[in-house]
Amino acid sequence: MATKGKDALPPSPDPQALSESTAALLRELVAHLRQNRTQLREEWARRITRAQLLTAMTEEEIFAEATSVYDNYVEALETGTFEALQAYARNLSERIIPRGVETHEVVGIVLLLRDVLARSLFGKYHGDFDKLNRILDAYEPAANRIANTVAVGFVQERERIIRQQQEAIRELSTPVLQVRERLLILPIIGVIDPQRARQLTEQLLRAIRTNRAKVVVIDITGVAAMDSNVANHLVQTVEASRLLGATVIVTGLSPEIAQTLVTIGVDLSEMATVGDLQGGIEEAERLLGYKVLPLEEITPKA
Amino acid sequence: MEVPILKQGHYLIASIQSALTDADLSQLREALIERVGRFRARGVIVDVTALDVMDSFAVRTLRDIAHMARLRGAETVIVGIQPEVAFAMVQLGLTLKGVSTALDLEEGLLFLDHQAQLRSERGTGRIDRG
Repeated sequence: MATKGKDALPPSPDPQALSESTAALLRELVAHLRQNRTQLREEWARRITRAQLLTAMTEEEIFAEATSVYDNYVEALETGTFEALQAYARNLSERIIPRGVETHEVVGIVLLLRDVLARSLFGKYHGDFDKLNRILDAYEPAANRIANTVAVGFVQERERIIRQQQEAIRELSTPVLQVRERLLILPIIGVIDPQRARQLTEQLLRAIRTNRAKVVVIDITGVAAMDSNVANHLVQTVEASRLLGATVIVTGLSPEIAQTLVTIGVDLSEMATVGDLQGGIEEAERLLGYKVLPLEEITPKA
Repeated sequence: MEVPILKQGHYLIASIQSALTDADLSQLREALIERVGRFRARGVIVDVTALDVMDSFAVRTLRDIAHMARLRGAETVIVGIQPEVAFAMVQLGLTLKGVSTALDLEEGLLFLDHQAQLRSERGTGRIDRG
């Protein structure tokens, strides 16, 4: 198969020679880009502004970033190694993602630079079509790879941030707190996915055992939306807690959630619900036999 | 392995020490129901602390014990279900509906005392001779 493929190709020059000539062309290209650095860079920055990209940044900032991107770009073309560019792309992403720069903007500016440089090559070699062709042959793969590297770097950085934040949310969001002897509260904030629901339940069950809790108040004021899956997780948590001998009171169901649950027909008849966290804790205290009184009522004035 | 059944006041306590076969479970059920009558027990406590697995037959037998004991005049409470076991049971839909549960033996005894008190207050229980 391999030999057949080779036979089918037109006689090609020795690969060594080819890469040497590509290297020579790239060197010429880099020299051209270095020479016209100021002018090309300005043209690029102008086109970025005109295309209304990077609107979150000031013009000076755009120009400063454009300069470093340009230099890194040329360097990547010259050396053919992308590590430095990759590191720079990551660093750039780290700086601009918090400022709300979008993926399409980053990809957009790199593609603009590619176009600006290609145009300048057209300008330089328009007399020698053959040379232009060969220069573009050398330029295009490298330029595309650079665009690719920057875009992938940006997206990777973004994903890394998202993962980090998910992790942070997950760690933050599952406190089981003891308010009184034998009374726990579990405030749930944010989105409940199956994994988190499982983690919540496990933590709660363990806490019931270690604290010897009799009543648990689960407050879902901070849960924005609920579907049948989440509702079923909640029902499961309530039932599992009951198996350990603890009564669960659910508080803070928003009007929207109440409507959704009734509309989708989740059976919550097994669940004790109270309007808000305060009511839930009061109900729990009643179940536990506590009575909270103002001091004056306990020691009436003489 | 036969499960020892202890009599403590008005209550019977069955403490399961190791994994049980279906035959052992059935034997436990029969022994408990028979003894509820013999000892005029008012409460039954089944301690499952030692169990790290609970299958559908075990859950059904426990539920049957509770319902049968109630028909014979005794309240049943299952105590000591491990967190992992509780989670697995719920996922399998084995939720012991209608059966009382408590954290451990101590809680179970308190629960039964409380139930007895409620019954005597309502006046529907047996006559308490003190």
